[in-house]
Amino acid sequence: MNKNEAIQTYLLALADDELILGHRDAEWTGHAPLIEEDIAFSNIAQDEIGHAQALLRIYESLGGNDPDTMGFLRDADEFTCCHFVQMPKGDWAYTIVRQFFFDAAEIIRLRYLKNSTYELIRELAAKIYPEEQYHLLHTQGNVERLGDATEESRRRMQRAVDEAFEQALGLFEKIPGEDVLIDEKIIPDSRTLEAEWLQFVTPVLKRSGLQSPVIETNGTVESNVEPLYGGRQKKHTEHLHKIIEDMQKVYRMIPGAKW
Amino acid sequence: MDVRERTYEEKITEFEARIARGEKIEPGDWMPDEYRKQLIRMIGQHAHSEIVGMLPEGKWIPHAPGFRRKLTLIAKVQDEAGHGQLLYRAAETLGKSREEMLEELLEGKAKYSNVFNYPTPTWADVGMIGWLVDGAAVVNQRMIAKSSYGPYARAMKRICFEESFHIKQGQDLLIKMVYGTEEQKQMAQDALNRWWHPTLMMLGMPDSDSPHLEKLKRWGVKVKTNDELRQEFIDLVVPQLKSVGLNPPDDNLYYDEKTGHWHFTEPDYNELKRVIKGDGPCNKERMEARRKAHEEGRWVRQALAVAKHKREAPAV
Repeated sequence: MNKNEAIQTYLLALADDELILGHRDAEWTGHAPLIEEDIAFSNIAQDEIGHAQALLRIYESLGGNDPDTMGFLRDADEFTCCHFVQMPKGDWAYTIVRQFFFDAAEIIRLRYLKNSTYELIRELAAKIYPEEQYHLLHTQGNVERLGDATEESRRRMQRAVDEAFEQALGLFEKIPGEDVLIDEKIIPDSRTLEAEWLQFVTPVLKRSGLQSPVIETNGTVESNVEPLYGGRQKKHTEHLHKIIEDMQKVYRMIPGAKW
Repeated sequence: MDVRERTYEEKITEFEARIARGEKIEPGDWMPDEYRKQLIRMIGQHAHSEIVGMLPEGKWIPHAPGFRRKLTLIAKVQDEAGHGQLLYRAAETLGKSREEMLEELLEGKAKYSNVFNYPTPTWADVGMIGWLVDGAAVVNQRMIAKSSYGPYARAMKRICFEESFHIKQGQDLLIKMVYGTEEQKQMAQDALNRWWHPTLMMLGMPDSDSPHLEKLKRWGVKVKTNDELRQEFIDLVVPQLKSVGLNPPDDNLYYDEKTGHWHFTEPDYNELKRVIKGDGPCNKERMEARRKAHEEGRWVRQALAVAKHKREAPAV
């Protein structure tokens, strides 16, 4: 894989994560536990989908297809999102925990990408970063509030963490072609991101009265569970197939039609 | 002079004089109980309509074709949530809590706009809700912006501003379809056929069947009658639709040179009565969706209330 192809592969993986999670987040629009969260999650959904579109524009500038073609005419088994973002929206606890895990990973990744040697990625990362800071503020605050509030909220939040933890590690599954880009300081190493992510989320969960499957030794945190991989290798859950079918339903309905 | 010493007659005379002078009534001001009750009912219904109104279009968010449409639709439905929030707050200034109003909605005691009890079987319905339903809503809301209760009137100004974007988005979506393939154009026309009558009904019962109209007008709650609003909407929207080759399903629709208005066939107001009473095509579905969200979200609201209490509690 040459450098250009590696960048395209990387952009696509990030864009697919954002698009699919944004799609999931928007499933709450009109159905959230309180109006304020309807508004907040609709906002987060728009941001994530907007990020996907922006990443795909860079992909296009490198000779790829346009964002709509990539999002709405590509088959499910050509997507490279991790399994984590494909999972059904679950209850509100799962939604909050998933979004918190994702936002934390985003912030950590973007801190590196803001210093990428590749100009278009560097500029986009700088633009996206403040938005993700807001997401993290919102979701982390909710983890802290819900984790330790009532018996029911604690039980639900713990179950969500238990379920989401190994899935979230899938965000750091190696993306094909990564090594070329790491050497050129275009992107960070997935292993570095995972280590920093564990360092970040573990104390937040602990503070919220929630347990995480990690082993802590002398200031380092290691995961104690097997990560859920496969997405970057285009091996997907049945959930992704359903999402893609739903998402592309109208776009593909009439051949040649513009919407 | 101290307000408490005055008789009811004196107070209501002063109240009506203030309204006649075009002054706004504010939350702390004296107002007749019936004015308060009517406004709570109207603003509550309006807020419920925004919240229930998220459902028929929200259904299409997962299917919106392309990035732009997907983002626009999420933003639009999000706006409706924002309007609901704003309106519940306006109603709260009259002494009723959001939670109370929501419980009443779910118990079937409070009403919301008839128009959201109709189905949205195709993507074109999303556009038609923007063009027609939001179009009619703006005609109504521009009037409310001039009404006598300050918080409601001010909320309307902001809402109208956002709604006018929604109308443009609906038009844009449909124009793309009308100038697209034959099948797309037919989808747009079919959606117009579905939404035309429900939208006309949305502006309320005819004046001849509105018993409180006289008092509501005197108190500045309504500045125009339902029939006036309906005509205003027709005059506005018919030329817009026709200009892109969409035809409202009314054989007696014609421009009357003498009156300067479009003549139209009145919708079936018995259907409106039925739908408002709960017997429309989607009433059950809409209420079930709201009830489900409300019930499933209860633990979250409880937990957040406890968390807030914990935070605010003094450190021991």
